[in-house]
Amino acid sequence: MKHTISVLVENHAGVLSRVSGLFARRGFNIDSLAVGVTGDPAVSRITIVADGDEHTAQQIEKQLNKLVDTIKVKVLGADELLARELQMIKVNAAPAQRSEILTICEIMGAKVIDMTPTTMTVEISDSAVQLQRMHDLLEGYGIKEIVRTGTIAIQKGSVTIR
Amino acid sequence: MIRAAQAMVKCLEKEGVKVVFGYPGAAICPFYDEIYASGIHHVLVRHEANAGHAASGYARMTNSPAVCIATSGPGATNLLTAIATAYADSVPLICITGQVSTDQIGCDVFQEVDITGAAEPFVKYSYLVKEASDLPRIMKEAFHLAGTGRKGPVLIDVPVDVQNTMIDFEYPDEIRMRTYKPTVKGNPLQISRIREACINAEKPLICAGGGVFLSDACSELRAFVEKANIPVVSTMMGLSIFPTDHRLYLGMLGSHGVKSANHAVRDCDTLIMIGARVGDRAILSPSFLAENKQIIHIDIDPAEIGKNIPVDIPLVGDCRSILTELAQGDYPENAHSAWIDEVMQSKGIRPKRDDAEGFIDPKAFIRMVSDRLPDNTVCVADVGQNQIWCCNNFAFRSGSRFLTTGGMGTMGYSVPCAVGAKMADPSREVLAVCGDGSFQMQMMELATIVQENIPVKIIVMKNTKLGMVRELQSKGYGDRQIAVDIGTYPDLVMLAQSYGIKAERVSDMSEAEEKIERLVSSDEAFLLECSVYERETTL
Repeated sequence: MKHTISVLVENHAGVLSRVSGLFARRGFNIDSLAVGVTGDPAVSRITIVADGDEHTAQQIEKQLNKLVDTIKVKVLGADELLARELQMIKVNAAPAQRSEILTICEIMGAKVIDMTPTTMTVEISDSAVQLQRMHDLLEGYGIKEIVRTGTIAIQKGSVTIR
Repeated sequence: MIRAAQAMVKCLEKEGVKVVFGYPGAAICPFYDEIYASGIHHVLVRHEANAGHAASGYARMTNSPAVCIATSGPGATNLLTAIATAYADSVPLICITGQVSTDQIGCDVFQEVDITGAAEPFVKYSYLVKEASDLPRIMKEAFHLAGTGRKGPVLIDVPVDVQNTMIDFEYPDEIRMRTYKPTVKGNPLQISRIREACINAEKPLICAGGGVFLSDACSELRAFVEKANIPVVSTMMGLSIFPTDHRLYLGMLGSHGVKSANHAVRDCDTLIMIGARVGDRAILSPSFLAENKQIIHIDIDPAEIGKNIPVDIPLVGDCRSILTELAQGDYPENAHSAWIDEVMQSKGIRPKRDDAEGFIDPKAFIRMVSDRLPDNTVCVADVGQNQIWCCNNFAFRSGSRFLTTGGMGTMGYSVPCAVGAKMADPSREVLAVCGDGSFQMQMMELATIVQENIPVKIIVMKNTKLGMVRELQSKGYGDRQIAVDIGTYPDLVMLAQSYGIKAERVSDMSEAEEKIERLVSSDEAFLLECSVYERETTL
């Protein structure tokens, strides 16, 4: 079972390694991890997607809370969150294929951000499922390179984590 | 303005530190130079790990953070085992290490190691000090972190140039940490649920762990137990909370515990764990146990509750505060008396032992020693068979204290820990018990004992084997003994005497009384080498 966990931490050196080290030594599996500063520059927000049963999720929450640098931990329920990943794909694109790829981009809500006589680079920000679909759609043209961020997530509605 | 190294010493003085344990080196020289000029007493150990173990003994006796010091690189890595040992047993330590100069960090220069990185899995918190002006705040926070909540070691790594930087010194009065607020007071609703559970249970049992010592709650626990009339078992870390002969006390549980305690754990209908973390050596199959009984878990660390055993009534908070409130309940008099009679039946029954000629009986010997020592004796057991012999045979009386490394099982702990314990309270008799294996991991500390003139007593159970592993090989590996024979050497009596420490050997129970008398009545340090049969059993 996948769990999406938002963690607010003090934004100073060594915090990320404490968090990732905790996952490694307790045997928790991380699918993805994304970190960035929040509106308050002294606070970072880490979004972790982890795999495990309910007991594991509880343990992850408790162990994260135990870290001295942790301000707040929130395990987000699957139906209460909006999750996004960013993906950039460099794909083979001969002049004859450009318009096809552009159509795919338009339908999928992706954007062309770079182009050469033989390649196009497109970016898409969406859920993991849509990113996979985009990958599948472009695969036939010959994907040269893919870069993907971890998931970031926010709660639906007006509630916030602070 | 003053040198940051001097500010560090001033911080220690502000925290009331009188003794520090350490081993110097180039990267920590500025700090040592300021200790020289201070009133703080520095104890020079003979290996950095022992600085940590000695500080552990000191911290456990004073129940407040104690300080150990090492230099960068190998000094710091030698300290790691002691830090991990303290972490496993929640002992409050302030570990100060020197580090190479900030402009050289990351260049792999001489005696450089990333010690905050290396220690990260087993420190409560750590600091790599980059700004000298942060030091007073960091020292203040470190003592607070180490000594509150679930206690533990805090590491402060200070580059040598930072130690030499001039700063304005002002020790902060307050801690400002928005993220660290341990829960002390227990939830009142949960407390009343526990009171009811204690009254309604037919066969309740309390399991007391090391957390009771850490929150200084021994008398509170006894008050509650006596009022609610509930029998008690102890984890290894909880030994000596209750006198061995207390009418409600059953002994140590677990794989190396006594039958009376383990049967009570098996047969109870309500198990109340207090300051105990359900370690595998105490409770081997927790989920099996939880199937047919109500589990109540009281601990200051929320992450311990539900970690190893499913819990029916969890309660987070400080044992002392919670036990004080629990003791205030109205409990029926003489409750659970049939249950108490039932579990007490098997108390004190010992397995039979065949006499072996030319050797002492280590279990009987430990009982004799404990009977002869004063009530408030501190007994420090090492790791191996000697540890279990102490756990199950030392007669703890009111006011006594047992110290050992329950979580990590670190060989070589007993002598340096005893040194720290004796320095913390010179009025008490301190006895270290170890095997000839573990003794050889710490025998360099005889020098510290002489140099500091610390009259600790040492008993070495010499069976010329790594006895506990030998037993494992005998029972589980067809008696194919490998790497457990450590020989009859060295002659420990001669070894101790070469340091100027009084020492004798005992190899027959007929001499035991006389030798114990000499050990106990000596007003100097004394080592007793006890010849033990190599196939002596642990239990």
